[in-house]
Amino acid sequence: MNPTTTALRAGWKRGLIELRQSLTNGADLWNHAFWPVLMLIVTFFLRDVSFGQSGFSVGTLALPSILGMNAAMAMVTMSQLLTAEREDGTLLRAKATPNGMLGYLVGKIVSVAGGLIVDLAIFLVPGVFIVSGLVTGSLDSWLTLAWVLALGMVAALPIGAVLGSAFSSARGQGLLILPILAMIAISGVFYPITSLPVWLQWVAQVFPVYWLGLGMRSALLPDAAVAVEIGESWRHLETVGVLTAWAVLGLVLAPIVLRRMARRESGSSVAQRREKSLQRVG
Amino acid sequence: MTSEQVVLDVEGLRMRYGTTDVLHDVTFQARHGEVLALLGPNGAGKTTTIEILEGFRMRSAGRVSVLGVDPAHADERWRARVGVVLQSWRDHGKWRVRELLAHLGTYYSCYATEQVVRPWDPDDLVAAVGLTAQADKKIRTLSGGQRRRLDVAVGIVGRPELLFLDEPTTGFDPVARREFHDLVHRLASQDQTTILLTTHDLDEAEKLADRIVVLDGGRIVADGTADELAQRIAGDDEVRWTHAGQHHVRAVKESTKFVHDLFRQYGDEITDLEVRRASLEDTYLSLVRRVELEGATR
Repeated sequence: MNPTTTALRAGWKRGLIELRQSLTNGADLWNHAFWPVLMLIVTFFLRDVSFGQSGFSVGTLALPSILGMNAAMAMVTMSQLLTAEREDGTLLRAKATPNGMLGYLVGKIVSVAGGLIVDLAIFLVPGVFIVSGLVTGSLDSWLTLAWVLALGMVAALPIGAVLGSAFSSARGQGLLILPILAMIAISGVFYPITSLPVWLQWVAQVFPVYWLGLGMRSALLPDAAVAVEIGESWRHLETVGVLTAWAVLGLVLAPIVLRRMARRESGSSVAQRREKSLQRVG
Repeated sequence: MTSEQVVLDVEGLRMRYGTTDVLHDVTFQARHGEVLALLGPNGAGKTTTIEILEGFRMRSAGRVSVLGVDPAHADERWRARVGVVLQSWRDHGKWRVRELLAHLGTYYSCYATEQVVRPWDPDDLVAAVGLTAQADKKIRTLSGGQRRRLDVAVGIVGRPELLFLDEPTTGFDPVARREFHDLVHRLASQDQTTILLTTHDLDEAEKLADRIVVLDGGRIVADGTADELAQRIAGDDEVRWTHAGQHHVRAVKESTKFVHDLFRQYGDEITDLEVRRASLEDTYLSLVRRVELEGATR
């Protein structure tokens, strides 16, 4: 077998091992369940709040949007893991192994994507029983959900990797959460975007969160719900366009940024960061 | 491979950060199957040197050849022939010992040759580093010494021709240290692995290494076997004796001959004879002190 195939296979197995690990220990399970459960509670309280004259409850509109938001959050997960694992030496270990970086990245994509699917299921399965009016009986819905999710991950994960290599410490990583929260707030997740000022709508449409939410709504909401969207259309073409643009951007940038980051890794840089983080605690 | 083959060849290596040189004109070699210790106090440039050889750091100047390849431009095939054990690893805490070794081993499978079976079987490897009882434990639950032995296991999982060990026994208790030394001896003698280790512990260098390179202030101040270093540099043995009720102390180069002459001259009038060979510790301390004095007067 050639080295690249070996590394791809090893990476796939690595991802599955890490996924299993994260589903069999308390702390990680808590992380998996925390947001979905919180979102379920939010959805529960929104289930009877109706949105204007649309005939839909805010909860029904929000549930698919939250799915989309969670999918976009895989970007943050990826970014955080990369920073943390650079700090603890996992990346350097990968660098010291032949084709280890390739295996590491494939493994990370598999485990983050797998973990995301678990998170989405924890939210979606009870969610469909809490709110009414979702279209869950047709194959079409699930196919749309699948392609939006797949494209969304291809857009989100490489960008996450780029962000992860940009921050030198877990602490810097914490700063990332502020712009992310701002992005979510304007992306029409908890309240339809058409209620926002037009200029904010334009800002939101630059980022993948809005499009992932829109795609999920197009999958799970009945056709009548399109009335609250921009241009009263699901805009699948535009969804594919924007998400693909992010995917291309990420896939072009990620190898460059990751290679640059990997080149800088050495034993003393790992030791230095460790000392810094110990000083912070002390 | 012949035992004469040069595995590590460093010539005129320099490293500069900004305007400070941390390595000046470092030159040394290691031959196939040799255990070489880079010995020096903290901050001498040991880790910088080893990181350049590992291909993790770019040098400022000089020629470096590791297994016939410049590590600054080495490919993954070269990487598969080199094992690396760094000062501190904290990675893969959720993984189990055997699981991690089996996983990392798979990357080496395509680099097996007729002479070298790669990777090392995980069960054999776990046994070789004495972690059989911990094979199914999570890595973060290991003690410091166990963790270090796992690091060595990861370093040798691909059966490297050359192994780098950076301060391998820092924080070990005497038993763990002894076991670790045995492991290094086994690797060097049974598998003909060339080993470069850094240490600030003279005793360790003496026990493990065929040859010692003393690095201080970014310069090589001595290079040779433990015996050679003791003789070449300090050289003076200390002879004490009593003659006619008087104590004498003399530092001499050839103590055996000196004592022989002493007896020939005075016969059994000599009492309380004591000969102390120059120890490697004296050598090392005088070397490091000399460099520091030169540094202070410069």
